[in-house]
This record gives sequence, structure tokens and C-alpha cells, in this order.
Amino acid sequence: MARIFKTHPIETWLLVLIIVASVILSAFSEQYLTLVNAFDLVNSISINVIFAVGLLVVLISGGIDISFAVAASVVQYLAFYALSYLGGGNWLIGFIVAGGLGIMLGAINAGLIHYFRVISIVVTIATFNVFFGLLMFLTKGVSLYDLPDWWTNRIIVFEREMASGSWAELTLPAVVMFGAISATWFLITYTSIGRQIYAFGDNPEGARRIGINVVAVQFIAYGWMGMMAGIGGLMQAHFMQEIVPNALIGRELDVLAAVVLGGAALGGGRGTVLGCVLGVLLMAIIQNGLNLLGVTPFAFKAIVGVILLLAITLSNVSFNELRVGLRMESTQ
Amino acid sequence: MTSTNHRNIKYYFEGEVAGLLIFLIAVVVAFSLASPNFLTATNLSSMAIQLPALGLLTLAMLIPILSGGLNLSITYTANMSGLALAWTLQALGGPEAGVEVFVLGCALALTVGALSGFVIGVVVAYTKAHPILVSLSMMILMRGIGEFLSRGKDITGFPKFVQEIGQGAIWGIPIPMLVFIVCAVAWHIILSRTRQGFGTYMLGSNIMATAYSGVATKRNLIVLYTLSGLMCAVAGIVMLSQFNSVRVGHGESFLLITVLACFLGAADPFGGFGRVLPVFLALVILQVLSSGLNILGANQHLSTALWGIFLLAVVILRWAWWRYSAKLKWKLEEPNNE
Repeated sequence: MARIFKTHPIETWLLVLIIVASVILSAFSEQYLTLVNAFDLVNSISINVIFAVGLLVVLISGGIDISFAVAASVVQYLAFYALSYLGGGNWLIGFIVAGGLGIMLGAINAGLIHYFRVISIVVTIATFNVFFGLLMFLTKGVSLYDLPDWWTNRIIVFEREMASGSWAELTLPAVVMFGAISATWFLITYTSIGRQIYAFGDNPEGARRIGINVVAVQFIAYGWMGMMAGIGGLMQAHFMQEIVPNALIGRELDVLAAVVLGGAALGGGRGTVLGCVLGVLLMAIIQNGLNLLGVTPFAFKAIVGVILLLAITLSNVSFNELRVGLRMESTQ
Repeated sequence: MTSTNHRNIKYYFEGEVAGLLIFLIAVVVAFSLASPNFLTATNLSSMAIQLPALGLLTLAMLIPILSGGLNLSITYTANMSGLALAWTLQALGGPEAGVEVFVLGCALALTVGALSGFVIGVVVAYTKAHPILVSLSMMILMRGIGEFLSRGKDITGFPKFVQEIGQGAIWGIPIPMLVFIVCAVAWHIILSRTRQGFGTYMLGSNIMATAYSGVATKRNLIVLYTLSGLMCAVAGIVMLSQFNSVRVGHGESFLLITVLACFLGAADPFGGFGRVLPVFLALVILQVLSSGLNILGANQHLSTALWGIFLLAVVILRWAWWRYSAKLKWKLEEPNNE
């Protein structure tokens, strides 16, 4: 246990926080520790987790992506028209089309970043505005409701009736989420290119000098993010049963907060899938718990903000250093 | 003294400022040729009315960017400050409130803004947390408190003179624009003439080296985020007087545009470099693009897309210029190498 605390301090911290929060919540609300609520929680975080694991890869490679949530909306529209052109499509074609379109949008970011030597935050803030502006301009802000049936019909992968009569259900987005988690975990932990992404994020020039193909690394990182954005967009449309152009805008900062809370460094080279998932989970548990406790929804954001600030402060401050810092300050 | 002046003048008119100025003139000429309605007093004054809210928020974003950070809480901090002023006005007379109540409300609004910035500064200074994450949580917190206290409703019913401040003009220049110009000048002085400003640039260049050279980096960080928060409060007050109402979420879409404006104005995303004047010019260009397109019949969303394309074009041009000058330098130095 002590060893895990040393090798994975942030993940352990988050796990401790989640356990503490769960104990408190189950003491105050009978509904919290039930299978129905657990499955609801899993279903509700699935889209954010899909985005988060994509963003994680970009963060590990030393970049940042602000444009993914808007890119997901763009993919939803493009996929809708592409699929109706293909005569309706099905889930397989849907995944290929959405993933492919997402990869293309990610490649635009990667190309601009690599070939013109522009910093990723500048590029993705620019493409964020381009994607969103063009999307709103071309669609005139009109939503799409006549989605194909296969896209909107709820798919329940696992269900069980509880003693109370309510159903615990695990739906398709949850399964896709597990797929995204395992694929990303495999990519960054067990493949050569995954380790190269870490190396590149830690020290780009060093990575180039030991012969890592830096072009491939950038395109794979942003392509992976794009693919996850596309698949997340597909799932969000499935979940909401409609496509709204500004439904996802603003999501990028929430996901970014969760991923960075999970220990991914904004300078690159650090971050784990486990931490990233725990980060999203912690934020979701807080919201879910507040809901069950009957707190007014207007107060959710304020409480989440306080908890985030405390979590950041606690997980980043080393008390020894604080003492040294204060001493230095006083001698100045 | 003469040599300093000379260097200053050269400094201001070379590179970024000249490029942005030429582009601004080109855009203005193009729009005036395309539409007779562009270069009219009505359009110019409507541009001067629209610019300040975004401009003030951009100033609030600029200082953290120069220090190598970001402040993502600016829009909601501005909203919260606006709410503080709105409640003061409502509690002490509503539409009949006097000027002294307005002054008190402004003081409270500035306190709220400064407090938000102060907390970010303290957390950034005393933990190793990245400013993006800290200010993001502050953004969620500010939005949360604002939504909780206002229940997401518009707050209106202010005395008449508040609107007159927001929509009035002195010597033909709208008052918000004057406020913005004064703030921009103040920011310029703080950044180029004070110890705090110098320290901010140094923090952005190399925080360790700055700390070891005896600069109180923690204090500097706290002050610079507090300044950023104060500027948010000014933006909040201006927005309140312009719209004659406050709602949490007003100006939400400005957040990433302010970052875009800073980068357009050649502020370095890693911090350490960037000045107020080019950022000011970049803001004017953005406003001209948006107003010009509006006159030609396009909507705001097309302008947003064009702003993004414009930023990309500028950074690609900068890259091309950098390659070109590097090559030139290499050619010039070659004979010496032999």
C-alpha cells in the first residue's frame, strides 16, 4: 500500500477521496450504495470518460486540445449527412464514419501544430472558433431530430430487476466507455508508439534525437483524441436522441479539469488512464451525491468548485515545502 | 535620453505593431470600399460600444498569460462582481438609489473581483498546481455561487444614471470606451514601468531563475492574479451599465476569444513576452472584422469562424517570417563560418 502511494500518489489520493465520499454519502442516503445508482453513475459518466481518455493521450504528448467538444458536434452533423448518404447505415458503419471524421479533424490540429510549429493551445483555440463558428453558421443553429432508428434506440446490455422493483441497466455508452478505456490503456502502456508518446511529451527534442518519429507521435495523439471525440459525439447523439449544435460546447473545460485532477501533467509526459477515470468519477460522484442528498441544483456548481479547489490544494501542496517557502519569504 | 527614445520608437513600430497596423488599415479600406455604411459615425460609435467588454476581459487575461499562466475564471468573476453591484443598488433604493450607492456598489464589486483573483494567486503561488486547473475550479465556483444566489435570473431595476453611464459619451467617445482606454494605459504602465510588471515578465520567462535572483515570486503571483481579478470587476461593472442588467453567463463566449486576442497580439503562450499595444490593436481588428461582416450581412458565427482562421493565418505568417529571417541570418553568417 505504501509503495502504491509512492508510485501513484494522485491515483491513491483520488481513490481515498472517492471512498470517503462514498462512505459519507451512503450514511446519508440509502439510495447511494445500490446497483441502480451505481449503474446510473456509470451510464452518466460514459461520454465524459470517452472524451477524457482521448484528451489524456494529447496531454501526455505534451499538447492540449480545447477543440474536441466542438469537434464532436461537427462530427455529429457530418456523420448524420454521411450516413443518410450511405442509405441509413448501422452501428458498425456509424462507428467507422464517426471515428474516421474525428480522426480527420484531429489530423487538422496535428498538421497545423507540427508543420507550422504552432503551440497546441493556440491552434486548438483557433480551430475551436473555426469549428464552432462554421457549424453554427452553416446549420443556422438548427437541431436534427430525425435520426435513424438504430442510432436512437436504447440498447441495454445488462439489466436486472431489483427487489424494490426498479431496474438496474447498463447501456451501450457504458460498454463503449469500457472499450475506450481498455484501448487507450493498451495504447499508452503496452505499445511502442504509446511509450514514444510519453517520451515525446517529456522531452520533445530528446525524443527526436533518439530517433522517435515525431510526426507519427503527434498525428497519433491528436488522431486518437479526434477518434474519441467522434465516438463520444456518436454516443451523445444516441443518448440524447437528437443532435443540437451547441450541446457539447463548454464540455471541454469540465473534461480538462477532470483529467488534470487525475494527475495528467499539463507539460506532458505524465498521466495514467486510471487517474483520468478516477478524476471524472470523483466529479460525477459529487454531483450524484448532492442530487441524492436533495441539495438544490443551483448549488451544485458552487460545491463542486469548492471541492475542486480543496482537492487541488491538498494534492499539490507538500507541507514541508510550504514551510521552506515561508521561511524563504520571510528572509526576503 | 535621445538614444532611449530612439530605441523606444523603433521598438514600437517594428515587427508586430507595424504588421497589425498595416493589416488593420487594409481591413478598414476593404470594408469601406465594400460598403458605404462602414466608415460612418454610427458604425464607428457602435464599434466603440461593443469593444470595451471584450477588451477589458482581454486585459484581465493578458497579465496571467504574460506570467506563463491563464485565468479561465474571468467571465464569471466579472458576472459575480456585476451581481455584487446589482444587489447593492437593489438593497439601497433600487431605481431611486443615489450616486453614493453606486460608488459603494462599485467598491464592493472591485472587492469581489480582487478576492477571486487573490484566491487563485494564493493557490497558484503556494501549491504546484497549474493555473489552468486552479482558475478553472475558480470559474466553476464563481459560476456556481452566481447561479445559486441569482437562480439564473436576470437582475434589473437600476437607477437611470447607471444606464446613462453605460450608453453615454464624452466628446463623442462612449464612456465604456474611455474606461477601456484608461485601463489599457494603466496596464501598459504597470507592465512596463513597475517592479510588479517586470517581475511578471520574468516569472513567465523562467520562474526558478526569477526566484533565485531574489524576486518575491509568490507575492508577485498573488498580486498579478489580484490585478486580473480587479480588471474582471471593471469589466463586470461596464457590462452591467451597458446592458442595464446582470445575468450569470453574460459574456460567457468571450472567454476563449480573450485568449485568442492575446495570442493575436503576439503574447507568448508560454509567458514572458507580449505587450498591451499589439493586443489592443488585435482587439480593434477583431471588432472591425466582426462589425464589417455584420454590415455586409453575415452573422456573428461567421465572424467567430473568421477570427479563428485569422489567428491561424497570423501564426502561420509569423512562422514563415521566422523561417525566412533564420535563413537570411544563416546566409549572412556563412562567410564568417568559412
